[in-house]
Amino acid sequence: MARKAMLIDITLCVGCGLCRDACKQANGLPEGEETKLNANAYTVVQDWGDNTFVRRVCMHCENPTCVSVCPVGAFTKTAAGPVLYDEEKCIGCRYCMQACPFQVPTYTWNETSPRVRKCIFCHERLAQGLPTACSEACPTGATIFGDRDELIAEAQKRLQENPDKYVNHIYGLQEAGGTSVLFLSAVPFEKLGFPTNLPNQPLPMLTWNALSKIPNIVAVGGTALYGLWWIVNRRDEIGKLHAKLKEMEERDHSGEA
Amino acid sequence: MKKLLSQLTFWRGLLVLLLALGLYATYVRFTQGLGAATNLSDQFPWGLWIGFDILCGVGLAAGGFTLCAIVYIFNLKDFKPIVRPAVLTAFLGYLLVIFALMYDLGRPFRIWHALVMWNPNSVMFEVAWCVMLYTTVLALEFSPVLFEGLGWMKAVRVMRAITIPLVIIGVLLSTLHQSSLGSLFLIVPEKLHPLWYSSLLPVFFFLSALGVGCAMVIFESFMSSRAFKREIEMPLLSQLGRVMVVILLIYTVMKIQDLFDRHAFAAVFTLSLESTLYWIEMGFGVLLPMILLSFRKVRLQQTGLFVSALLVVIGFVLNRMNVSITGMEGWAQAGYFPSWMEIAVTVMIVALGFTAFALAARYLPVFPKAEPESQAIEAVHLREEKLALEMMK
Repeated sequence: MARKAMLIDITLCVGCGLCRDACKQANGLPEGEETKLNANAYTVVQDWGDNTFVRRVCMHCENPTCVSVCPVGAFTKTAAGPVLYDEEKCIGCRYCMQACPFQVPTYTWNETSPRVRKCIFCHERLAQGLPTACSEACPTGATIFGDRDELIAEAQKRLQENPDKYVNHIYGLQEAGGTSVLFLSAVPFEKLGFPTNLPNQPLPMLTWNALSKIPNIVAVGGTALYGLWWIVNRRDEIGKLHAKLKEMEERDHSGEA
Repeated sequence: MKKLLSQLTFWRGLLVLLLALGLYATYVRFTQGLGAATNLSDQFPWGLWIGFDILCGVGLAAGGFTLCAIVYIFNLKDFKPIVRPAVLTAFLGYLLVIFALMYDLGRPFRIWHALVMWNPNSVMFEVAWCVMLYTTVLALEFSPVLFEGLGWMKAVRVMRAITIPLVIIGVLLSTLHQSSLGSLFLIVPEKLHPLWYSSLLPVFFFLSALGVGCAMVIFESFMSSRAFKREIEMPLLSQLGRVMVVILLIYTVMKIQDLFDRHAFAAVFTLSLESTLYWIEMGFGVLLPMILLSFRKVRLQQTGLFVSALLVVIGFVLNRMNVSITGMEGWAQAGYFPSWMEIAVTVMIVALGFTAFALAARYLPVFPKAEPESQAIEAVHLREEKLALEMMK
C-alpha cells in the first residue's frame, strides 16, 4: 500500500469545523468546539484572525519521535502512514508527550488508568480503502487525502502556479524528517504556531547517537575498570611482598649480629 | 500517656505531619488520578516528580558507585570506612526513586511491561533497565551489612568473593544510568532552553553526578555524626573535598567549551529568567564551592566543608530542575508550578528516606568506630608538614 497522507491548504480553510465534528463522530468522542487538542479532540480548528484558520492534528511523522521514545513500544508507524498507539502496552511514562515536537499526544488525566489520546489517521477506514473522516467532511477541499508522493506533487504545483499567494514552503515535507500531514499557507508558518526550529533530520537520531554508544561503554569501560583494578591491586600486593621481604632481611641481619 | 508525650519530639511530630499530608495526597492520586493530584497538563506532562524525585533521587545516590570505585578499583583503602553509608544512601535512594515512580507513572501496575516489551531505541527503556539492574546490584552490595548484623558469616564470605565483579557492574550501570537521564532530553532540541540543551547532556549529567556523589557522602557523614553523636572522618572527607574541586573544574571547563561550540554565550549574558537561574545554578552550585574547596583551610574545617558540600547538592538540584522544568517552561507556555499534593508526596518521600537511613544506621553495622577527630586531623597536618619539609630539602 502506498504511503497515504493529507494535504491541508490553509488558504482554502473557512473554519467551519466540519472536520472536527466528523472526527469526533468517527472516533466516538463527545461533541465540543475545542481549540486546543485534548483527549476529546483529536483535531481542532484554530482562528488566527484575518480569515486564517489552522487545523491542528497529529502529523504522523515519517520517523516518529513517539515511536522511538516509548520504552514499551506502544507506538507503531504503519506502512500506510498512520502512527498508532496500543493502550494495552502503555505504562504511562508520558515520554511521548514530552518528546513530541508538535505537542500532539494528550492524556486522560482524570482517569485512574489513564491513556494517551491522539489522531489515529482513521486507520480502520484506510484499511477499507476509505479516506480519513476529516478530509471526507471538508467542504472546501482545504484538507485532501491521497498518496503522499502525489500530494507533494500537488503542493509543489500550487506553489509554482501561485507563487504570490503562498509562502514558498511545504510544511511537513522535511520537518523532523518529514510528516504524513502537509501544510500550505499564505502566512509564514512561525506566525501560526508551527514549530519552525525543528531540524530536518528525524529527532530519534539525536537519542540514537547516545544509545548506540552503550555497547562500547560497557565493553571498553568494563575492560578498563578490570584492568585498572588488576594493575593497582598487583602493585599493592607487590608492595606488601617487598615490605615483608625487607622485614625478613632485617630480622636475619639482627639474628647474625 | 506521659511516656508517650515525652517520646513525641519535634522531629517525630513533624514526620507524622508530613506523612499524614503525603498519605492524603497519595489517596487522591490513586483514587482520582493524576489530574486531581497534580498540576500536570497536556502542555507540561513532566513535573516535580520526574524533575526532583527521579532525576535528583538518582543523582544524589551517586555517592555509592563513586566510593565503590575509589575503594575497590583504585584501591584507596583509606576510604573504606565511608563506603557502607554511601552504598546505603544509594540503595535507599534507588528504592525511593522506584517508589516515587509509582506515583508518576500513569499505569504503575504495568511497570513490568519494560521487562518483556522491548524498545532499544528508547532512552526510557535504557533508564528502566538501569534502575532494575542497579537496584539489584546495590541490594547485593549492601547485603553483607545485613548478613553481618544477622551473624551469617558464610553469606558474608560469599559476597566478599564477588565484590570486584559486582563493583565493576555497578560502576558501569551507574555510568549508563546517570548519563541516560541526560540523554532523555536530547530528543527535545526545540523545547529545552539553549542554556541547557546540548548534545553533551549525558556527559554533564554523569560528571555532575560524580560531584554530587562526593558531596552527598560529606553531607550524610555530617548529618549522621550529629544524629548519632559520632566523630566525623574529617581527613577522609577533606580528601573527598579535593576530588570535588577537580570534578567541578572539569565540569566548568566543559560547560564553557560547550557554550562556545554551540554559540550560546549570548544567552548567558542576556537578562532573562533563564539566565538568572543559570547564574544561580553555576555560580552558587559550582563555582563558589569549587573556589571554597580549593582552600586547604576550608577543606580541613568542618563548617567550610559542610557548607561547600551543601552548595554542590543545591546546585545539582537546581540543575536538574532547570533542565526538566524551568528550561522547558518558556517553550510550553504552560506556567507549570507543582500542586501542594505533588510537593507533599515529594516531601514525604524525602522524609521516608531520612527515616530509613536513620533506622538502618542505628540497627545495622553501617558506620565504623571512627578514630577521634582531633587526632586524625593532627595526622593530616603532620603528614602535610613532613611532605613540605621534604620538598624543601
